[in-house]
Amino acid sequence: MAEPRTIEIEVLRYNPEKDAEPHFQTFKVPFTHDTSVLQGLQHIKDHLDGSLTFRWSCRMAICGSCGKMVNGKPELSCHTFLRDYYPGKVRIEPLNHFPVLRDLVIDQTDFFNQKLPAVKPYLLPKEDKPLSAGTHLQTPKEYHSYYQYSQCINCLLCYAACPQYGLNPKFTGPAALALLHRYNADSRDRGWQERAEVLNSEEGVWGCTLVGYCSEVCPKGVDPAHAINQNKVKSTMDYFGVLKFLMPRGGS
Amino acid sequence: MAKIKTYVRPMQGWWRRNPFFVRYMIREASSVFLAIYAVILLVGLARLTQGEAAWDAWRAALTSFGSLVFHWLALLTVGYHAYTWWKVAPKTAPDLRFAGRPLPELVITAGGWFATLGASALVYIIVRWM
Repeated sequence: MAEPRTIEIEVLRYNPEKDAEPHFQTFKVPFTHDTSVLQGLQHIKDHLDGSLTFRWSCRMAICGSCGKMVNGKPELSCHTFLRDYYPGKVRIEPLNHFPVLRDLVIDQTDFFNQKLPAVKPYLLPKEDKPLSAGTHLQTPKEYHSYYQYSQCINCLLCYAACPQYGLNPKFTGPAALALLHRYNADSRDRGWQERAEVLNSEEGVWGCTLVGYCSEVCPKGVDPAHAINQNKVKSTMDYFGVLKFLMPRGGS
Repeated sequence: MAKIKTYVRPMQGWWRRNPFFVRYMIREASSVFLAIYAVILLVGLARLTQGEAAWDAWRAALTSFGSLVFHWLALLTVGYHAYTWWKVAPKTAPDLRFAGRPLPELVITAGGWFATLGASALVYIIVRWM
């Protein structure tokens, strides 16, 4: 097929200084077989309308900046290709469930300033070891018990996939709870009791109704739905006071 | 810092926007039929304690057209509920591992179906023998 072809991209536009509410604007964009949706947006900004605003950085699905709704589905726009939508249109919106700052840019402060710090996403060892004591050793088995959760890049696609977060923004949400589990599941960590209040609350694991779409849309193969739902059992055991006897790394 | 103006998009009709959410809502709604079916069974139990006439009346009521329609509908929706139940079982199961590797989701789902069919067969055999 002759290249480049031309595809129509509908972009949600919102200018907080002028618009009462957002509207769509359509652009005709040339593309080849390897043009990503992000490159389509960059073409618009460079050649058609310099005022179009969107976030991006690495272009290779690791920075987590360029998440957008692409035809209603949360996607990393660098990880999604225009060829797959041709000859149809592509409709690009900001990630669902977040307040829109401008065009495709969402306000991420709820996650980065509230939800993420609340789960203490760092190792809380029983006691600080001096450097001279060497590294914390871990077997491959211990490593694999949390590895997939450590792949989270905070792109927030799972929040855009979670209707419970959309309906109640107080819900701690998929990525933060998956990261909470990532540290609880780490053999070097002793912090589960410090994270218990967030985990056990109504806005913690109990805010999840297992829609399961978070795990579908994760571009890094993290399974937040599994992290959250296996912790409902742990939360119940904690409520009845038996968890500290069952956790091998116990109540320390 | 000055208050930044943002636009919050409405959630109205959210579940109709994505087939994944439509299936989720059907899954959740199907539990209503399961609950009604359970209430009908409990009523039957209560009628049984009230003597033979009450029990026979309850059984006769089950053969009415409305009751048959409901029970067929309930069977269908509960069947779908069971399908979704085992489909999400890998998410609710603990971190199951075999030889150090996570158990594939399909194995957990298939295991659930084997247990369901096995239990159903067992109940059927017991009922037939009695």
